Amino acid sequence: MTTPTPEPVRSTLKDNASPVAQHVACPFCGILCDDLEVSKSAKGLKVTRNGCDKAIAGFERHLPAATPLNGGKPASLAEAVTAAANLIKQARLPLYGGLATDVEGMRSVMALADVSGGVIDHALSEGPYRNFKVLQSTGWVMTTLTEVRNRADLIIIVGTDVHALHPRFFERMVCNQDSMFDSPPLKRTIVFVGSGLDQSAAVGARVGEVVTLPCPLDQAGEVIAALRARLKGAPLGAATIAGVLMAAIDDLARRCRKATYGVMVWAPPGLNFPNADLTVQTICDTVRELNATQRFAGLSLGGNEGAVTAGAVSSWQCGYPLRVSFASGQPHYDANRYAMSRMLADGEGDLLVWTASYTTGLGVPRTSLPTVVLGTPGLEMAQAASVFIPIGTPGVDHAGRLIRCDTVVTLPLTDLGRSVLPSASHVLDAIQSALQI
Amino acid sequence: MLIKLTGGKVYDPANGVDGVVRDIYVEDGRIVEARADARVHEEYNLKGRVVMAGGIDPHSHIGGGKVTIARMLMPEDHQGQEYGRNGQLRSGVGRAIPSTMTTGYRYAEMGYTACFEPAMLPTNARQAHMEMGDTPLLDKGAFVMLGSDDFLLRQMTQKQDFSAIKDYIAWTMHAAQAIAVKVVNPGGISAFKFNQRKLDLDEQNAHYGLTPRQILLTLARGLKEIGVTHPLHVHGCNLGVPGNLSTTLETIKAMEGLPVHMTHIQFHSYGTEGDKHFSSGAAAVADAINANTNVSIDVGQVLFGQTCTASGDSMRQYGNTSGAYPKKSVIMDIECDAGCGVVPMKYKEKNFVNALQWCIGLELFLLVRDPWRLFLTTDHPNGAPFTSYPHLIRLLMDKGFRNDMMQKIDASARAYSTLGSIDREYSLYEIAIMTRAGPAKSLGLKDRGHLGVGACADITVYADMADKEAMFTAPELVFKNGDLIVRNGKILRLVQGATHVTRPEYDKGIEKSLRDYFQRYHTMQMENIRVSDTEIIGHDKGSIIVQPSGARV
Repeated sequence: MTTPTPEPVRSTLKDNASPVAQHVACPFCGILCDDLEVSKSAKGLKVTRNGCDKAIAGFERHLPAATPLNGGKPASLAEAVTAAANLIKQARLPLYGGLATDVEGMRSVMALADVSGGVIDHALSEGPYRNFKVLQSTGWVMTTLTEVRNRADLIIIVGTDVHALHPRFFERMVCNQDSMFDSPPLKRTIVFVGSGLDQSAAVGARVGEVVTLPCPLDQAGEVIAALRARLKGAPLGAATIAGVLMAAIDDLARRCRKATYGVMVWAPPGLNFPNADLTVQTICDTVRELNATQRFAGLSLGGNEGAVTAGAVSSWQCGYPLRVSFASGQPHYDANRYAMSRMLADGEGDLLVWTASYTTGLGVPRTSLPTVVLGTPGLEMAQAASVFIPIGTPGVDHAGRLIRCDTVVTLPLTDLGRSVLPSASHVLDAIQSALQI
Repeated sequence: MLIKLTGGKVYDPANGVDGVVRDIYVEDGRIVEARADARVHEEYNLKGRVVMAGGIDPHSHIGGGKVTIARMLMPEDHQGQEYGRNGQLRSGVGRAIPSTMTTGYRYAEMGYTACFEPAMLPTNARQAHMEMGDTPLLDKGAFVMLGSDDFLLRQMTQKQDFSAIKDYIAWTMHAAQAIAVKVVNPGGISAFKFNQRKLDLDEQNAHYGLTPRQILLTLARGLKEIGVTHPLHVHGCNLGVPGNLSTTLETIKAMEGLPVHMTHIQFHSYGTEGDKHFSSGAAAVADAINANTNVSIDVGQVLFGQTCTASGDSMRQYGNTSGAYPKKSVIMDIECDAGCGVVPMKYKEKNFVNALQWCIGLELFLLVRDPWRLFLTTDHPNGAPFTSYPHLIRLLMDKGFRNDMMQKIDASARAYSTLGSIDREYSLYEIAIMTRAGPAKSLGLKDRGHLGVGACADITVYADMADKEAMFTAPELVFKNGDLIVRNGKILRLVQGATHVTRPEYDKGIEKSLRDYFQRYHTMQMENIRVSDTEIIGHDKGSIIVQPSGARV
């Protein structure tokens, strides 16, 4: 009998205790696979196990040399922090955008926005807001990745290219070898609602039928609405809905009724068309009604660039999922007014503070405002930053925590020692301290 | 630095002190012996004041996924309830489901210095701790949920050696950084995933063939044998179902004398008598509690107004969605581990069922005789927000006030309740037991909940007022670890409380089967489910206090 130490056995490459880190969580998409192996050599990091294209691109990227810049000129970190603090002090309405960071970084953003009377919003919050509007209006019945992996016998993918957004979703959640509840593991039926969705990963021993209901992606919601009507037994006069034969919709209704545990999957960033929240609403209404007599659940993916984490930390610290202004001294929530893309387009705010620590693509948008940019080296910028401070990537350059797309699981991120760049949290806290001098 | 609290009337039930005027000395965050020769650096004249240990809430949903889902679901809870930043104090919102910092501030302003999250899912433990880490001024701790997790249910159906089950319970407590274990609708959350809509005490889970009775006994016995102080914290079967009174009585019998804590028992004390087939089972439940000294309870009092219920009991919360107000809800199946259900509720005085729920809770408070086995809770936010505790205390201490309030409720509910005929009024001593000494003893917090020498100097000083609601709303002074944090209901300074955990022994061999289980079936590796000390101490700027557990048998 032992009383083991509570410390986890997670290895870190930071102290070179081992050349290979195991059980590494990947922060480069919202499903946060945590079974990667990453090795470190003089050439940099290499994903040696379970890496997808996004993981390899993220972990193995060689950082360009980067130094803090103040007005385009090299500066020390302390100088850049002071310059950033001065800009924030002068600003009447600083906008805290990007927010691609980890839990600690988001905590620091919240504290700084609170004390400086700013507005917070994530660069990709248009996606999560397709969900939040439904959550706030009616709620939903949802499930999480491990439940899908073990239970789902009918997986309906609605209007989104899951494989493109999450390259290992099918491998890990659909095509996994073992199932907890069936021996031999049952074969699943996969239904794609929408044309042109990548079906290449829906193959293997676990996949039974693959059914396609081809329709324009922005009409996938109409197909689900028709499905909902048919599940209720409502007659529909049309022969086709969004180009899908009514017979195919009726067939899907029968499959839904026969399912032991059906799941409707969508990735909010993929529903990239106006009023896509109505598609999410239709999915959730259909799922809820199915639960009157059987089990069915929704699964929302997405959550890349720390979007789920930003929404969650904002919600627990100030009650609302982003799009909050602290200008009055109190949290003021307005999902339209404080959508940062709209504010920037309409010339609101007088300073943009942009945090982007994962990919170079989450660049600073075009703006005439002065900008303080905390970015991973190589970050794309539409214009030169007033102050630029290079920061590390959580789970690569420093440790951290990130919340998964299903909003339940938080993964610890390993310090792999790629660089000695500071964390967003470290820099933001320093800026806040400098504000108070 | 020596602090002297002079001449207050002290209520310290753990040391048998009932309203005795005495001085208290504090040094380095602890209560110390009186020293005649010592120089006092700070003295507070507490003549005419009431002195108690800091309040301890043993069951309040303050952190974790379901609470944040509730926050997201209910912007209408926050609007009009905004709090501005104020010096060091962060801005925040909320009445029924306040934001994390606001939660810490409101508790401390009421004189509470510790609070325990009762429903932490192992797969969501990291988030629960992060949210508790953002809840300042309070000591925290959490009860990890077991009993619908597939690992335990598989162990039980495979009839694994009982020591392996004990290893798993202990391992989970370590991994989740828990101080106790809770079971919610035993096996029922799992059963709901197999489309079962109810699961009574001896009904079988469709997949595993296990009954709630078997799961309860396994966990209660396991906890006892690994030496965890707090007994199995039971949210029983059939929550909120009329007639669940019989399930509750059967559950008490089913425990075969093993120590057990039956939580929010108000929601489990319903009969089916009368025209409306809904009646109070409080008398029968109270009789059973009085007769079975292995059982402790908290009430989960319902108070009127808007709230948002948040529970791990996805099965029963799904059943409650039809009564949601406003009409929205979240139901989740979670990670082959547990589930959750978030359903907004508005309890109305003139609604027969709500009014009778209010009566049933108060009847339980007043009919259960031993305050050491009864803790004051509203199951925040499920029965009412924790900020209504002062109102609840007045209902318990002031029969006249209680009777006045009773006149406002639905008349038929009033007629169905014996509440008006109960004369009991709680004393300050009994309130101190229910809100301090009792929870501390039950949770194994040896240096909390009392004012004896060596105790942590978490101390609350109240003006001695006739209006107990006013008295308990805004204490004059609150000390946390000897630091004065609140004066006249206003926060003076911020401190970060500790996280209390228990670490019973286990055989590390259990990790072999756990590692295989997580790799085979889960989407998180065993190594990553564990919440490390570094996270709580480093990332959350907290500290950890390991409360001792007994020897394993």
